Amino acid sequence: MVRSQRWKGAAFTVPFQLGFVFIYLVPIGYAVYESLFQEKQSGLGLGGATREFTGLDNYQLGLTDSAFMGSILRVVLFACVQIPFMLLVSLVLALFLDALTSKAANRFRIVLLIPYMIPGVVAAIVWINLYSPEVGPLTPIGDLFGFDWNFFSPSMVWPSIGNLLTWHGIGYNMVIIYSALQGVPRELFEAARLDGASEARIALSIKIPFVRGALVLTGLLSIIQMLQIFNEPALFRNITPETVDDSFTPIMIIYNQAFNAGNYHYAAALSVLLALILGVSSFLFYRLTAKEVD
Amino acid sequence: MATTTTDSPRKSGKSRKSGRSGVPPVRRITSPDAASRGRGGQRFILLGLILAGVYSLFPVWWLIVAATKDRVGLYQSNGLWFSGMHLWDNLHQLFTYEDGVFLRWTANSFLYAGVGSLGSTLIALATGYGLARFDFPGRGVVFACVVGSFLIPIALLTLPLYLMFSEIGLVDTPWAMLIPCLINPFSVYLAKVYTEATIPFELLEAARIDGAGELRIFFSIVLRMMTTGGATVFLLAFVNTWNAFFLPLTVLRGQENWTLNLGLYNWSGKRAESGIDLTSLVLTGALLSIVPLAIIMTAMRRYWRTGVTMGALK
Repeated sequence: MVRSQRWKGAAFTVPFQLGFVFIYLVPIGYAVYESLFQEKQSGLGLGGATREFTGLDNYQLGLTDSAFMGSILRVVLFACVQIPFMLLVSLVLALFLDALTSKAANRFRIVLLIPYMIPGVVAAIVWINLYSPEVGPLTPIGDLFGFDWNFFSPSMVWPSIGNLLTWHGIGYNMVIIYSALQGVPRELFEAARLDGASEARIALSIKIPFVRGALVLTGLLSIIQMLQIFNEPALFRNITPETVDDSFTPIMIIYNQAFNAGNYHYAAALSVLLALILGVSSFLFYRLTAKEVD
Repeated sequence: MATTTTDSPRKSGKSRKSGRSGVPPVRRITSPDAASRGRGGQRFILLGLILAGVYSLFPVWWLIVAATKDRVGLYQSNGLWFSGMHLWDNLHQLFTYEDGVFLRWTANSFLYAGVGSLGSTLIALATGYGLARFDFPGRGVVFACVVGSFLIPIALLTLPLYLMFSEIGLVDTPWAMLIPCLINPFSVYLAKVYTEATIPFELLEAARIDGAGELRIFFSIVLRMMTTGGATVFLLAFVNTWNAFFLPLTVLRGQENWTLNLGLYNWSGKRAESGIDLTSLVLTGALLSIVPLAIIMTAMRRYWRTGVTMGALK
């Protein structure tokens, strides 16, 4: 390629590069820089606060902050239950779709994708109202069967959010897995059937291993989303501030530190920590799951 | 379930002509896939899918029904069926509450999602084309930035952006939403993949030999050939911006610049905060905020379908 032509090609990417520097790199650098300072009250607090360079103190504080570490643990535990459950349901539905004629599969696919088309905030609003003992239909249905459930109680609030996320995410994950299933060579099934394999056996030994890549991918995307969960608990907090407190999830703590406590330096350190945790856990998950494929 | 097991695959197994001993019965296969499970399995599968369909749809159904009820109906009638038709009253209330602020939010959402996505799509197509079809120094770095940014948590970017924007006076203006939306690394990734699939090197060479300049090639050949890719990128960016919550929550403080999501969030919290119950307005507004998405997704469903699966490639 001619040299001048290369530079012309590079010029196509310049608007993006400039924007990327301004919207991604500078803010990250700024956050890291800010995280190295603390506001200190001078004397009796009369002289106002002064900025002081404190090195990694904020990080040390964050790593020993029981509210922050507790929120991470809470989200991780929740992820360990909700994500496998959601992926399992999505996988089963994708296998079901795969067993239908493509016309019928198409219809079901559209129906099952409808929740995914609804904005997350609206989905949360709808489910919060479905759960509501005053306007929701679930409480009277529970009464009918003798259940006295309160979806906003401390023990129920995670299952309630989990159901909301599952409802919202099944369609998307199912479509990804289903399109991977379409790539399985059909001759394999013929061969397996001639060898006497049942349909369940074919699903277990041929189809599922084949879509492993798609499962790893949907799992990874779900983990990245889950560690950053904010919208759903924020909307639940609107209804039950006593159950969903302001340190319920990592991002809620960060938001709260920055905008309510006015402790921006600490919030910056926590967001860097969260980014590191996110990066490490995605890497580990990818390594662990990808290795088994080989 | 008893009825479904009566005509299980075993029945068709009997009709086999011969079988080697020790080998499980071989089933006759009429059509390769669908029919082979036998009627029982098929029924079980249909039942499972129908249940999943009901689970997926009943919240939406409930929302539609709730939007047609007045306050008494909302609190006292059966949630899954209609009780009086008050949709027009609700809409009237929704659009006149606080001097029609809901309309303002709707316009804002359209502005941010429409203009932001149009701009970001154009930037992304140019970048994707540059990355896919030119070999310039630093190309690998740019692409690594694109992919690496998928892992950056939104809080890490949004908080410092808020501080930077407030220093240059952009907080609480539409620019605070529009500027971050213009730069969408995922769109760039998609645009690169689409370019690789649709723009052959030979075509570009031929155009160059004919004396076309690089800009002209991009605007009159590449963009035209990339309409499908471009539409998909635009649609995904539009949906993303329309659904955004954390960014507007952080950078838009006054309600005249809010998005629909932000307004609905605020209204749904009014009750715990000040005792005003806006549930009826929130539900009607929530239904209304889905309508533009439903329309654009139906109109562009071909692109959306590929987009959802493409989304998985990242």
